[in-house]
Amino acid sequence: MDSLAAQLQMQYRNYILSLYQQGFLDDQFTELKSLQDDGSPDFVAEVLSLFFDDCVKLVGNMARALDQTGTVDFSQVGASVHQLKDSSSSVGAKRVKGLCITFKELCEAKNYEGCVRCLQQVDIEYKTLKAKLLDMFMFEKQIVQAGGIIPQVDIN
Amino acid sequence: MGMAAAEWKFHVLAVDDSLVDRKLIERLLQKSSCQVTTVDSGYKALEFLGLRQGIESNDPTALSTSPQEVEVNLIITDYCMPGMTGYDLLKKLKESSVFKNIPVVIMSSENVPARISRCLEEGAEEFFLKPVRLADLNKLKPHMMRTKLKNQKLEEIENGTEAVEPEIKGSEDMGIKILPLQSELEPKQVHLQVVKQEEETLSNNKRKSMEEGLSTDRPLPRLEGGIATAV
Repeated sequence: MDSLAAQLQMQYRNYILSLYQQGFLDDQFTELKSLQDDGSPDFVAEVLSLFFDDCVKLVGNMARALDQTGTVDFSQVGASVHQLKDSSSSVGAKRVKGLCITFKELCEAKNYEGCVRCLQQVDIEYKTLKAKLLDMFMFEKQIVQAGGIIPQVDIN
Repeated sequence: MGMAAAEWKFHVLAVDDSLVDRKLIERLLQKSSCQVTTVDSGYKALEFLGLRQGIESNDPTALSTSPQEVEVNLIITDYCMPGMTGYDLLKKLKESSVFKNIPVVIMSSENVPARISRCLEEGAEEFFLKPVRLADLNKLKPHMMRTKLKNQKLEEIENGTEAVEPEIKGSEDMGIKILPLQSELEPKQVHLQVVKQEEETLSNNKRKSMEEGLSTDRPLPRLEGGIATAV
């Protein structure tokens, strides 16, 4: 086997493991990967793309809802948070999901400062995850180009 | 009419307002060898079902052959949706004489026992917590098989090509009673008797509704300019 491919595969494995260990991803992400096959080779990339589109849209909604001079409609903020919690749960974006749970409680408590802070964290978190996953896809591309196959990573 | 392989593929209608979740449920169902149609609201779901019904009742020659193409074997819907919730959709389906026999499954990201029992009481077959997994979908096969076989039986009755059923034949051979006492039959045979009677009623209702464009119970959604009016 080409040693470059073998090296890349090892790095890839370690990278994926670290994403799980650092709490970026959970077992729902593993499930997503298992649904990808030769018939649907880009499934994971497609779902993640939809997820990140959702993030942009929903974070925008939350920012607008919180940016009211006067009374803030926390139920409106909460509705967007609920949707983001749902999406992040569906793709295995563990940290984003955790933040949404906290965010939801802050909305219910009508804690304005708390909500604004949490929104900033959500914004940073989804962008961080996006960068990490783009690196993951880059790794995969490099492995294939080096003539190797993308390894199945056992996270247990 | 021979049984083509495609006829045994279950057709599932999936309803979810989340694009991510629609993508996911679509892949899960495809992976379970189902044909999938996804819509983003309860209204669109009813429209999809109503549209098919409209085609059937407008075209009498398509009476027996088209049901395969338009048949929906299961509806899986999200609970939390704006406008019409999954529960609202479930209710509407169960109130419809035509659609009440399609099994409905509810999905929700929230584990609320009161919600779950309300849905099951209203007639949902299963309640899945999101994110839905492939293992969850394996529970659906029996439900879909039941309606598939029922529809196939209906067709055979209408076509007059009803297959001989060994169990029923056996009991008739006993000769003395036309309808043997339940105690004399094995449970399976009793079930088949009941199902057969149910299907004959259904078949009569279906034939009547197709010919007259009327439901035996209540008005079906009619198409006005492509939009189904609410029941």
